[in-house]
Amino acid sequence: MFVNNDVKNAMAMEERHVIKLSDPDHPVILSTEDLHVYYGKKEALFEGDLEFASNQITALIGPSGSGKSTYLRSLNRMNDRIATVTGKIMYRGVDINQPSIDVYEMRRRVGMVFQRPNPFAKSIYDNIAFALRLRGVTGKHKLDEIVETSLKQAALWDQVKDDLNKSALALSGGQAQRLCIARAIAIKPDILLLDEPASALDPVSTGQLEDTLLSLKEHYTIIIVTHNMQQAARISEYTAFFNQGRVLEYDTTSHIFTNPSVQVTSDYVSGNFG
Amino acid sequence: MKTTEQLEAKLKRRSKAAKLEIWGRLISLTALMLIVAVVVAIIGFVASKGIATFTSNHVSLWDFLSGKSWNPGVNGANGKPEVGALPMIVGSFLITILSAIVATPFAIGTAVFMNEISPNKGAKILQPVTELLVGIPSVVYGFIGLSVVVPTTRAIFGGSGFGILSGTCVLFVMILPTVTSMSADALRAVPRYYREASLALGATQWQTIYKVVLRAATPGLMTAVVFGMARAFGEALAVQMVIGNAALMPNSLVSPSATLTSVLTTGIGNTVMGSLQNNALWSLALVLLFMSLVFNLIIRLIGRKGRLQ
Repeated sequence: MFVNNDVKNAMAMEERHVIKLSDPDHPVILSTEDLHVYYGKKEALFEGDLEFASNQITALIGPSGSGKSTYLRSLNRMNDRIATVTGKIMYRGVDINQPSIDVYEMRRRVGMVFQRPNPFAKSIYDNIAFALRLRGVTGKHKLDEIVETSLKQAALWDQVKDDLNKSALALSGGQAQRLCIARAIAIKPDILLLDEPASALDPVSTGQLEDTLLSLKEHYTIIIVTHNMQQAARISEYTAFFNQGRVLEYDTTSHIFTNPSVQVTSDYVSGNFG
Repeated sequence: MKTTEQLEAKLKRRSKAAKLEIWGRLISLTALMLIVAVVVAIIGFVASKGIATFTSNHVSLWDFLSGKSWNPGVNGANGKPEVGALPMIVGSFLITILSAIVATPFAIGTAVFMNEISPNKGAKILQPVTELLVGIPSVVYGFIGLSVVVPTTRAIFGGSGFGILSGTCVLFVMILPTVTSMSADALRAVPRYYREASLALGATQWQTIYKVVLRAATPGLMTAVVFGMARAFGEALAVQMVIGNAALMPNSLVSPSATLTSVLTTGIGNTVMGSLQNNALWSLALVLLFMSLVFNLIIRLIGRKGRLQ
């Protein structure tokens, strides 16, 4: 009996555990197949194939240098100029990692928010209108409307509605990060990628940001890289654990945090590692 | 008790490090004082000589700045010496502004290519070329101007070929590397996350350069242009070789004319100290000095404005 249990445990604690999604309410909107990322000759990511459910939050966790940010940045091809990315990135059935894809049009659908709040040195209004104007939206009325709805969705409207013409650089870190979210959703993307959006924020701003993300889930698919495991546990439905360029485990967040299948994941989420 | 006193004595005794600290401060302060003294002496000397035209030779400042004929050795029809510096002032400004206008688009274009479009090639080819251009002595530029630019201008526009146009062509090449490398610095100072933010919003690379990078770098680019203008304004030798050195109001871009610097370099050796001719040249030098102060001031103002943004 004992022996059998040990064998069972050993089997359960196998090296990798990556699930395939099958939730009819939240079909797969984005997935990667055989994705490899090289910086020069150094391979930074391999065995990193995931599926993402629409209108859900997926967290990518893992120690520094595990490849999670590299993976995220490859999804909307922000790595194009610095790395070689091979494999398929399937977005609604289209491989967006082909050379013939117009990356500018693609990035309109797959938006991104960065680690450091990075508003332009322009007014709050112009920050949000920037991408719209690039796409030929110039009507004052239309712009006003989109600026307002974007700021409302990012839970920033009430704080800045009287200061829309003030410089965005005067905002606090948390406000600036929510402005960046508002800026990203102003062009109505399908998917929002967030690269450690709360790592430069204090706990109160982080809490507000998480509330914002939870409310955005209704309209957008959110993929978030985070160092903060509590954050992943609080807001995400699915969690992927990255280690040394590989996805070691991908499952529902509750599974990852309460009953991980891989020993390394267990060590990491319980703080015995990294 | 004794130990407390010992400790106090030990703490109060100047250590070797503390003495070195005082020495270091003294040395750097002396160096600073020396430089300040030299600058003050130069300004004082030029000013005292330059003002002599107006105090001891009784030329009115207005006549000096607005007079159109320059002939310090001769008294004009009104019995006053002809020391109208306007032709040189106009010549200097014209040549400076024209060369800046021509050089700026090329310089910014090159900087954008070096920094945004092809950083690898930029670093490997353009950077060394730019640095090489800075290192060429101005007499070489002047000589090339004299043997290539002047005959070409003569062939195309007629006349002697000497004039503002030839001077502009030479200065354009001379200030191009300065403006280029400073523009490149300005672009490099634009944080990478501005570009990332713009690209992630679906902007193309050109839209990112035009709407984000160049906008953010504007104060730096303006500083680069003003620096180039300061260099053009002060350049003497190369300009003197191609401008024709006739202290006349330039009535076209290909007629011989003069700048403040070219009149100074040709005239200063041929006048007697203390004479009106000599004093008048010092007044021109004072105008030059004043203008370079103005250029410096503009650069500082732009820098401050850039920081406030």
